[in-house]
Amino acid sequence: MKAIRSMVLVSSDPVSIERGAKEVYQALQREIKEFDLENEISLTMVGDVGRHEASPLVIIYPEAVIYGPVKEGDVHFLVEEHLYKGRIAAGLQAPVRELSGKIAWLSARKGTLPAEQRIVLERAGIIDPDSIDDYIIHDGYQALAKALTQMNPEQIFDTLEKAGLRGRGGAGFPTGTKWRFVKKASGTKKYVICNADESEPGTFKDRLILEGDPHAIIEALAIAAYAVGADEGYIYIRGEYTLAQQRLHRAIEQAREIGFLGENIFGTEFKFDLHIHSGAGAYICGEETALIESIEGKRGEPRARPPYPTTNGLWDKPTLVNNVETLANVGPILRNGAQWYRSFGTPSSPGTKVYTILGKTNVTGLIEVPMGITLREVIAIYGKGIKDEKPFKLAQTGGSSGSIIPASLQDTPMDFDSFAKAGVALGSGALLICDEDTCVVDLAKVLLNFFRKESCGKCTPCRIGNQRAYEILTNISEGTGALSDLTDLALLSDNLYQLSNCGLGQTAGAPIRDILNYFRAEVEAHIRLKVCPTGVCPMSGKRI
Amino acid sequence: MTIEIKENTAIQQAVDEAIKRYGIKQDELIPILNDVNRAIGFLPGEALDEISKQLKLPKSQLFSVASFYRMLSTKPRGRHVIQFCENAPCHVAGGRQVWQALVDEIHLNAEETSADGKWSLVTTSCLGICGVGPVMIIDDDIFGNVDPKTIPDILSRYH
Repeated sequence: MKAIRSMVLVSSDPVSIERGAKEVYQALQREIKEFDLENEISLTMVGDVGRHEASPLVIIYPEAVIYGPVKEGDVHFLVEEHLYKGRIAAGLQAPVRELSGKIAWLSARKGTLPAEQRIVLERAGIIDPDSIDDYIIHDGYQALAKALTQMNPEQIFDTLEKAGLRGRGGAGFPTGTKWRFVKKASGTKKYVICNADESEPGTFKDRLILEGDPHAIIEALAIAAYAVGADEGYIYIRGEYTLAQQRLHRAIEQAREIGFLGENIFGTEFKFDLHIHSGAGAYICGEETALIESIEGKRGEPRARPPYPTTNGLWDKPTLVNNVETLANVGPILRNGAQWYRSFGTPSSPGTKVYTILGKTNVTGLIEVPMGITLREVIAIYGKGIKDEKPFKLAQTGGSSGSIIPASLQDTPMDFDSFAKAGVALGSGALLICDEDTCVVDLAKVLLNFFRKESCGKCTPCRIGNQRAYEILTNISEGTGALSDLTDLALLSDNLYQLSNCGLGQTAGAPIRDILNYFRAEVEAHIRLKVCPTGVCPMSGKRI
Repeated sequence: MTIEIKENTAIQQAVDEAIKRYGIKQDELIPILNDVNRAIGFLPGEALDEISKQLKLPKSQLFSVASFYRMLSTKPRGRHVIQFCENAPCHVAGGRQVWQALVDEIHLNAEETSADGKWSLVTTSCLGICGVGPVMIIDDDIFGNVDPKTIPDILSRYH
């Protein structure tokens, strides 16, 4: 008879694996056997736990002690000390001040770090992502069972609308309403698609959800399919996410075996099956109509809208496209109810948001916190302040299609409406924190370089506009700009916004608009004085 | 002559395997191209011809797709492909200095392949591993927190 007294978890994100997580896992297996502890200790490879500095991590429950970075050679000592003798293995613990994400949440229970609020990442880092049993034990597929046996589609839309769930891909469209549109669309063949083409620079929240809790997305897609009347679904996942793809393939196989995918799910008439479609490296495919074109085997060029995918999507059939994080909220909402969900976040944007903290903070990583937290709080509490106590200059949110938030706006609550009111965008949840050493011209140049390369080239304002804006910014950074360039930049930014066909072009001008709004003096110094105040730009006098 | 035949068999084999795996369907075009690209290292014209024949799709469409996506290449690449992230989070974390060290070490510019066919250097957009920027990927190996000083050591692992 097995009586498990300790659980040992090993992190297995790509960085951990690169640093030898598999070898550590095998060594743990060997050592646990060596000490004859096999019947008392369970050993699991878990997904990404949101912390890379100290990976690979070994976490031991119930004490929630975190070791990292653990090397193969440390394992004998670790097993002997902690699991055999029952005391903490000295010198191997991960440094507390560098912890964040799930680990921070664990530490918070020990009273060392502020707590996060985990809804979509509740299971990531705790369960074995390759085991459907683990998922089921942690309330998995309960929401699907409830939806299929106790709820009609109307009740599902109502619950999502009452909960106030809004799309987490960046635009913030009400999810329940979108589902309703697809349900109402005429036609018998419909599709549901999970947009997992996460490519916003600085965003890797979806990867963590997919790697750590793949069944959550399968369950949510099945619920969505039932609600809108679809029987086929796709997960469009970017080609670079190989680990997440493997995990999803495995998860889908397991769900098919048990009967959560296929015919007569939960003994009802409902049938549903799911395909994984890998991207091939194109940022634009995160735009929903480009994504659909790409699934159809074409270039990922966005379609003209309307008609919207809700009526004319994949193969011209009504199609629901939702972001990974949005879908990950569906299960918890159906299980716990709209009222529960509304107890988090702000009235206009309930729930939580997953943010990635990057750049010049002492701690970088991933957090899930209620909507409405301010930037100042994020930097102070979760980022543990800025490196070397330098002043905070700006944050770039939501990947490149976010905004540049100056220090003066750091007390604005981060939710969809408050940010829109302040004239900035929440974007996809990346928070690139910059200190006084960051030059705004250089930053805008990097962002525009991204857009000019990722523009699909279909419409002229975006194809030419981004290239031209990049050239002007390059000249300013070389000290060869003219004051008239600023008028041209403002005009380009406006044209991009007004005339582009899709979201990429429409938001590409945002960095220019923001630096001219908030940091005009610094940009002008490059032109009038031929000086880069932060000393970042080359100012070599070469003109392109 | 024999070398050419051998190459053509390898291409034929890669195409056949990919199509067998995904089936003759237009919506599987990108996965098929991905697999063939992976097997051969790039997408030679002969491979596009063969896929076009089997999937009954015009070659122009295949070429337009193959030249659109970053992970597909219509030109031969080196034995090892270095992908370097050039987006803002890696840039702010010191990516510029790392890029300079990389360029100095292998004497290539972005999108170039070395004369001996060992290296191809490509810049890429975000790879989703920003927590440990600056980031680069060589073949399938991920390197995070790259420092200009560690570049020679990392490159020396590849032959």
